[in-house]
Amino acid sequence: MPSNDNKRFVERDRNWHPPAYAPGYKTSVARSPNQAYVSMQVPSVSELGGPDFSRLRMGLHDNDLLLNYREDPARAGQAGLPIGERIIMFGRVVDQFGKPVPNTLVEMWQANAGGRYRHKKDGYLAPLDPNFGGVGRCLSDGEGWYRFRTVKPGPYPWPNDINSWRPAHIHVSVMGPSISTRLITQMYFEGDPLIPLCPIVQTLRDPEAVETMTGRLDMARSRSMDCLAYRFDLVVRGELQTYFENQG
Amino acid sequence: MQQPNSQPCAANMLRETASQTAGPYVHIGLALDIAGLPPRGEEIWNRLASPEADGEAIELVGRVIDGNGDLVRDALLEAWQADAHGNYQYEFDLRAPFNSFGRTATTAEHDGEWCFHTVKPGQVACRDGRLMAPHVTLAIFARGINIQLHTRLYFDDEVDANAACPVLNAVESPTRRRTLIATREEGKDKPRYRFDIRLQGEGETVFFDF
Repeated sequence: MPSNDNKRFVERDRNWHPPAYAPGYKTSVARSPNQAYVSMQVPSVSELGGPDFSRLRMGLHDNDLLLNYREDPARAGQAGLPIGERIIMFGRVVDQFGKPVPNTLVEMWQANAGGRYRHKKDGYLAPLDPNFGGVGRCLSDGEGWYRFRTVKPGPYPWPNDINSWRPAHIHVSVMGPSISTRLITQMYFEGDPLIPLCPIVQTLRDPEAVETMTGRLDMARSRSMDCLAYRFDLVVRGELQTYFENQG
Repeated sequence: MQQPNSQPCAANMLRETASQTAGPYVHIGLALDIAGLPPRGEEIWNRLASPEADGEAIELVGRVIDGNGDLVRDALLEAWQADAHGNYQYEFDLRAPFNSFGRTATTAEHDGEWCFHTVKPGQVACRDGRLMAPHVTLAIFARGINIQLHTRLYFDDEVDANAACPVLNAVESPTRRRTLIATREEGKDKPRYRFDIRLQGEGETVFFDF
C-alpha cells in the first residue's frame, strides 16, 4: 500500500449530491442534521486511506444472482432458476479523471422480479421467489470492470406519498481507493417512466445527476437467446497528488 | 474518457456518481445475517480484532437517534480505525488478528444498539506532524440519509490527547466537541465505550466533510 501522505481527493460537490434534508422524501426530515458539517481543510491519513478487499475470499457465484441463492445448504436439492428478465449488469469503476479503479469492492442488492425483497421486514404482498436471494458482490478487475448476472428487479410501492412507487433499481455500493471515495447509490434502468416521479430520485436537484445513476441497455454485451445487458459505470472522486503543501 | 452514464464537469473532469440512500433493506446487501439471509464464506462484519490482536480489547456500542428522539433501527455503520500502534491495516484479511475496517447495524432487537469488537486505536499523526487523539472514523448509512454521514468517535479517558487533537479543535463549539466523545463503562468481559449518534436537534453529533 503506497503512503497516503501526498494524496488528496477532488472535493465532493454537495450541491450535486442530494442534500441531507429533502422533505419530498419524508424520512429525510427527521434524519438530516440541522448543523453545518465541519470541514476538514486538510484531510489526514485517517480520511485518505481505506480498506483493500483483494484478500476477501469470494464464493464462486457471489456475483451471479441467478445461481447464488440455491447454494444455501438448507435449500439443497430444490434449486431452480429465478423468474424474471435475465440481465447482465456491468460497468467500469473510474475516478473523475477517467482513471480505472482496479480491485475495488462492488456490492449490490435488489428486490426480485415482482419488487419483493428477501428481508424479514418487507411485507409487500408480491411473493418471494424461492430461487432468488438478491445480493451480489465482486471485485473490479485490473482495468476497473465489474459484472453481475441477475434478474431485473420490479418496481414496488412504499409509504411516502399516498401512491409512491420506486422505479426498478439495484442498490450499488462501491468502496474505491479510500473511505473518502466510499459511495452508495442506486442504478435505475434507462427509459423507466417511474424515474422522474420518484421522491428519492427527486432528492437530486440536477437532472444530469440522475443520468449518472441510469444504467444503459447495451445490446453488444447482451447474449442472444439468453440475457440482455445493462451498462452502469461508477465514477468515484478523483485522486490528486498534493504539491506545494506546508511550504510557508 | 466519456462513460455512457457519466457526466462531464469543469476541466473535463467527470462528475462523481450521485449518492442515494441505502434504503430500508441495506442489510440484504451489506449485513446478510440481519436480513435473514444465509452467510457467504466470508463476510465483512463487526469483529475488527481477534483475541490475538495487540492492544486493549474493547467494545464500542451505541444507538442512532433521529430528530424526534426515536431510535433509528435500520442503520448500517462502517468503522475505520488504526491498530493499537496507530497504523492502518489497509489489507482486509479475516485471517489477520486485526482489521481496520468493519461494519455493524442497528435493528429492532438489542434496543437498537450497534456494536463493534475491536482494540483501542493508537494515535495517528496529521500531515503537519501533530498527533490526533485516538479515534475511530464512522460512516452512517440508513433509510432517509441521502449521503452517508461521517463522524469520529473519541474516548473520554484520553483527556489530554483530546484537548490537543487538531481535528477536535477544528470544531468551533466546545459544546459540540463533546458529542464526539464516547463514555467508558464496564462491559461484560472487556471495557465498553458508549457512543450515541444524534442525527438532528438537541445534542446533534458533529458530522464532517472531507
